[in-house]
Amino acid sequence: MYAIREALAAFRRSPVLTGLSAAMVALALFVVGLFGLATYNLRLALTAVEEQVEVVVYLRDDVRQSEIDLAQTALADIPEVAQVRYVSKREALQRAQQDIPEFAEIFSGVDVNPLPQSLELELRPEARNQETVDAVSDAASSYPFVEDVRYGREWVDDLFTLRRVGAVTSAVLGGAFFTVAALIIGTALRIAIFARREEIYVMRLVGATDAFIRRPFLLEGAMYGLLGGLMAWLLTWATYRTVYAFIFSVAWIPGGWVAAGLAAGVGFGMFASGLSIRRHLREV
Amino acid sequence: MIKLTDVSREFPRRGYALRDVTFHVRKGEFAFLTGHSGSGKTTTLRMIHMADRPTAGEVRITGYSSKTLSDREVWKIRRRVGYVFQDFRLLPGRTAMENVSFVLEVTGTPRKKIGPWAQRLLSQVGLAAKSGVLVHKLSGGEQQRVAIARALANDPFVLLADEPTGNLDDRATRGILDLFREINARGMAVLMATHDLELVRRYPRVRVLELDNGRLVFDSEAA
Repeated sequence: MYAIREALAAFRRSPVLTGLSAAMVALALFVVGLFGLATYNLRLALTAVEEQVEVVVYLRDDVRQSEIDLAQTALADIPEVAQVRYVSKREALQRAQQDIPEFAEIFSGVDVNPLPQSLELELRPEARNQETVDAVSDAASSYPFVEDVRYGREWVDDLFTLRRVGAVTSAVLGGAFFTVAALIIGTALRIAIFARREEIYVMRLVGATDAFIRRPFLLEGAMYGLLGGLMAWLLTWATYRTVYAFIFSVAWIPGGWVAAGLAAGVGFGMFASGLSIRRHLREV
Repeated sequence: MIKLTDVSREFPRRGYALRDVTFHVRKGEFAFLTGHSGSGKTTTLRMIHMADRPTAGEVRITGYSSKTLSDREVWKIRRRVGYVFQDFRLLPGRTAMENVSFVLEVTGTPRKKIGPWAQRLLSQVGLAAKSGVLVHKLSGGEQQRVAIARALANDPFVLLADEPTGNLDDRATRGILDLFREINARGMAVLMATHDLELVRRYPRVRVLELDNGRLVFDSEAA
């Protein structure tokens, strides 16, 4: 009870210092929030592009239907393949006429359908990577009645390179932002606790136990973290709404990320307070 | 009760602050610890309060030894030893009552008892009427009285005072000394550090321990 009362009283006694410290924590976490928003949307964009990764197996015109059925079944049995769709010559022509209206008349004027029949292989989401695409492509190429296998090698290569670069950049930048946020929160709380060093001194002087002294400060640190985290959340939300309304469509970060950010704020607050109070306790 | 045996405190670059100091303060005794600035008075009080530890020798306080008491257990000594500073060390922005109550609260006194007990302590030091006044609005003598009330809050068996009259005028000094005598008359030991020999001479029956360059050079009890 004393710890809660004292932690709240500290906010009441020095509202300016409390406000400034919470604002520092909030700004530090806001930067992390913006980074989270950017990373999340980048990830969504990459996932959307990856969903279009599929392997198209073009078949010879003279292949028998029984052979196509066999290949379709065998390719569907590959664990990484989610679905195999057969596209007949006729369907291919219809699609071409729909997708490329400029050539619709040319296609309608020909007696012989020049487009090949094909099998379209959709991969499972977790299997949309370069190695799997190569392996599935090789498996499909092994059939003698296969004319060609296409999956836009260069495009897929670039996509996966982009994903790797994105992952490394996210990890490095995220780590840097997180470290900077931790340092700023640490400094803010150190200032807040330094302002109350006399109180700590008196408590030690009159025989309060270390745990008793520490408790309200840990709680205060947690409150700074929570308050700063909530302010950062509001700032990030406001930024998201502004970008969404005036610039381009973006998605809001998942609730789990917000909860993790708030928890990190509380955790950082307590940790920084703990370190700072430990230093002061050693002095008396 | 308080026993220093061959206590030395050596600092890496400054050398010895105390050297082979041995004395004993009995229950209910009043003693002055005198000496020039830098003679080791504050270091001696800090040793008794376990705010610092000897590099050689031993300090014993009611069964606790400086050799075995860990830093985590120092609070056990602190609750039994009151401490008063020259610069009062009160919490600014709080009233006299809040300064005294604070001690009672952090040492686990039940909430219901805190108010009446703090008021009684302030009455003992003659500040009952000013309990609601912010400490920085009190005079130096009054602030020192609040600090004494705070030091008495845990009902210690000894009161250590480090130059408690150093910032006070003559009238306030007499008032504080009279207060110490009253406290001592109730059975509490008082060990007061002062460089003011004039003050010491006014109380010829009080024991005097004199330090010089970290050594105990005079003990009126032994003389």
